[in-house]
Amino acid sequence: MKLTLNIWRQKDKNSKGQFENYNLNEVSPDMSFLEMLDVLNEDLLHKGDEPVAFDHDCREGICGACSMTINGRPHGPEKQTTTCQLHMRKFNDGETITIEPFRAKPFPVIRDLIVDRTSFDRIQQAGGFVSVNTGSSPDSNAVPIAKVAADKAFDAAACIGCGACVAACPNGAAMLFTSAKIGQFALLPQGQPERKERVIAMVKQMDSEGFGACTNHYECEAACPKGISVEFIAMMNRDFMKASFSR
Amino acid sequence: MKLDSKIPSGPIAQSWDKYRFDMKLINPANKRKFKILVVGTGLAGGAAAATFGELGYNVETFTYNDSPRRAHSIAAQGGINAAKNYQNDGDSIWRLFYDTVKGGDYRAREANVYRLAQVSANIIDQCVAQGVPFAREYGGTLANRSFGGAQVSRTFYARGQTGQQLLLGAYSALNRQIAAGKVKSHTRKEMLDVVLVDGYARGIVTRDLVTGKIESHVGDAVVLATGGYGNVFFLSTNAQACNVTATYRAYKKGALFANPCFTQIHPTCIPVSGDHQSKLTLMSESLRNDGRIWVPKNKGDNRAPQDIPEQDRDYYLERKYPSFGNLSPRDISSRAAKQVCDEGRGVGSTGYGVYLDFADAIGRLGKHAIEERYGNLFEMYERITGEDPYTTPMRIYPASHYTMGGLWVDYNLMSNVPGLHVIGEANFSDHGANRLGASALMQGLADGYFVIPYTIGHFFANNPVDKSVTTSHPEFQKAEQEAKEKINLLLSINGKRTPTSFHKELGTLIWDKVGMARNEAGLKEAIARIPQIREEFWANLNVTGEPDSLNMALEKALRVADFLEFAEVMAWDALERDESCGGHFREEHQTPDGEAVRNDEKFAHVAAWEYTGVGTKPNRHKEELTFENVPLSVRSYK
Ligand code: FES
Repeated sequence: MKLTLNIWRQKDKNSKGQFENYNLNEVSPDMSFLEMLDVLNEDLLHKGDEPVAFDHDCREGICGACSMTINGRPHGPEKQTTTCQLHMRKFNDGETITIEPFRAKPFPVIRDLIVDRTSFDRIQQAGGFVSVNTGSSPDSNAVPIAKVAADKAFDAAACIGCGACVAACPNGAAMLFTSAKIGQFALLPQGQPERKERVIAMVKQMDSEGFGACTNHYECEAACPKGISVEFIAMMNRDFMKASFSR
Repeated sequence: MKLDSKIPSGPIAQSWDKYRFDMKLINPANKRKFKILVVGTGLAGGAAAATFGELGYNVETFTYNDSPRRAHSIAAQGGINAAKNYQNDGDSIWRLFYDTVKGGDYRAREANVYRLAQVSANIIDQCVAQGVPFAREYGGTLANRSFGGAQVSRTFYARGQTGQQLLLGAYSALNRQIAAGKVKSHTRKEMLDVVLVDGYARGIVTRDLVTGKIESHVGDAVVLATGGYGNVFFLSTNAQACNVTATYRAYKKGALFANPCFTQIHPTCIPVSGDHQSKLTLMSESLRNDGRIWVPKNKGDNRAPQDIPEQDRDYYLERKYPSFGNLSPRDISSRAAKQVCDEGRGVGSTGYGVYLDFADAIGRLGKHAIEERYGNLFEMYERITGEDPYTTPMRIYPASHYTMGGLWVDYNLMSNVPGLHVIGEANFSDHGANRLGASALMQGLADGYFVIPYTIGHFFANNPVDKSVTTSHPEFQKAEQEAKEKINLLLSINGKRTPTSFHKELGTLIWDKVGMARNEAGLKEAIARIPQIREEFWANLNVTGEPDSLNMALEKALRVADFLEFAEVMAWDALERDESCGGHFREEHQTPDGEAVRNDEKFAHVAAWEYTGVGTKPNRHKEELTFENVPLSVRSYK
């Protein structure tokens, strides 16, 4: 396949960026999207240019590192698929593909397609845990948990923290991400003792990082590579209201 | 050099309890006076750092990822073993211990393995308390499955994403300590060297991957939790950034590297599709519970799989190993696949693939049941290959997946360099020559949550730390200087080849000569060839960009430079271990039907290598292994 790539290049946080055009002539449909970028980067190195910087690691859709917007969609056109799992057979010969970083105010660009997502870590640090020290836990079967609750908690816990939900949201909201973690704990008995403090602390942190508000566009759910449902947002909102009133 | 493993004496079942009782303790109020540097924030490092913080130590963590949550432990699919015996099927600590020693082909330390089996149950308790959503039965109790050839159901799992859930559990515990101010987390920082002062590991030198800044960090002990070196093969199931630099740098500073030739080749990965391939994707081994593995009986049979009738198929695992069949251990299954492909009976465009067929299972249980069990894996397979495994058998082939070798450690998980501790995949300790399925997560968390937090206190209690050492000590300055010089050198070669092209060349050589099957001639060839590749690397490398900015080519070059030295140690180890055991298969040592033949008289020991200079043969030291509880026997899965 032949492709034209229109890629965002930006030297560092403080520089202004711009799109650059590149042509690739021998793309195999069996390549993953990142392997296609590898080919481009090897070419660039040969020419003495600097490769396009992008975050990636596991290349199997689980670490959440890869983070680019492809033709206007975070992680590209295929449903529930991260960029690293997207394959070139989903594109057409001769196509022009536009590639840019995940855009959101709380995700400043570090270089080219790499953004700073440490705001996500700070939201988790605000309360995304159960306060239990190593060694102080009861036998794991001491508290039975209904299969449906465990399964649902897992659905929330499947979040890979990539940030596609934020990049897809017209308001740059991080509601889906934040609610997934809160939801996981809210559904489990282990999460109950700190339930109120958790939702308040995490929502507060989310707001202070500069993420936007939710106005029910649900673009986040559509972009989520793990199919996390917006029902967790509703659940978080209810929890937040309850917790705020009972304080 | 005498290797003191510090294995406690007395009956094995009491040794860890007794050892813990005999250890000196650090007064709670004094713990905050110690600083521990933890490099790597996967299961082992994350669990250790969180627990150190809870105990009151001051901790700093380092990862080259943008967040601790992205460490490659996250990709483990299958599950985690624990001797809970919840299924009442005869499991016990003793059985898990026995299975692990036997599965490791009698090349692991009994005492370490016993301790691992003992604490396995605590791990599950801990993770459940953290809110890890393990699979459950309708009654609300935890579900288990049998995994990777075990004859009991002792594997706990969270769909096909157990590693992710356990890592997020450790990450949440770590976050709690970061919030409490007990742990300082450094992200996008890669360790380039370990610094010794008066023989003690006192710190590390890192490169900030965004600004390029070279920095020193001082502490009272260093814990390496930096994973394995499977990417030495170039293609592996490891994440792209996984590398050997941290452990190799420690080796160059005097830490011994143990059993580097023990690598695990996982039997069920998606085969290579072309030259562009950057990694191989694992398909969970759980698929072998229902899939049947076969190749055509006859060479050159190019018919579509559906058109090959039963009598022309060879279900070779079922044929050769009737009692374990498709569930035979990893090393055995991998080798059998290689054998049939070498005979010219492999499938797919490259001829390096075998079928994993679900037709029978679908016929027996219905498509729906198979979808319930493996739906996400089938989807992933289709995404990558474009083929539908419900109608066409999957194609699989072995790939590098895990490394049992690693830095030598004693019972305290400390290397021979005082203060330098090594945990998780980065050490060599528990899996011998072959790791059983669902045991990597268990070991990483055992080391991190339940072993190192005790033993490090014992180290502090016995070794007064020189508090006057700071990062302006000449040893730190020297290490920083060396790191900077190396980086400048890499950037000034201005040759023609990219770091990746060298990595690929090295990886292909190691896969061919130091891979699934090895022989004397091939190993000698590798030992002759590696220095040549290295030489060309330093003469003809092309790295663009600057030292003081985010520079992916430079990061890669630094990692490849270390692989190019490390690979030689691996080849020496494989050459000197003149026997077959577990994942180390020397073609010279096999039975007429191709089974591995161990030589316990000469090789029932750990080989620990001591650095003597780049390109010179390292010194080989031995730690003899004794088997008092699991008598040495031939490992048969027939
Ligand atoms: S690289 Fe890990 S999710 Fe894409």
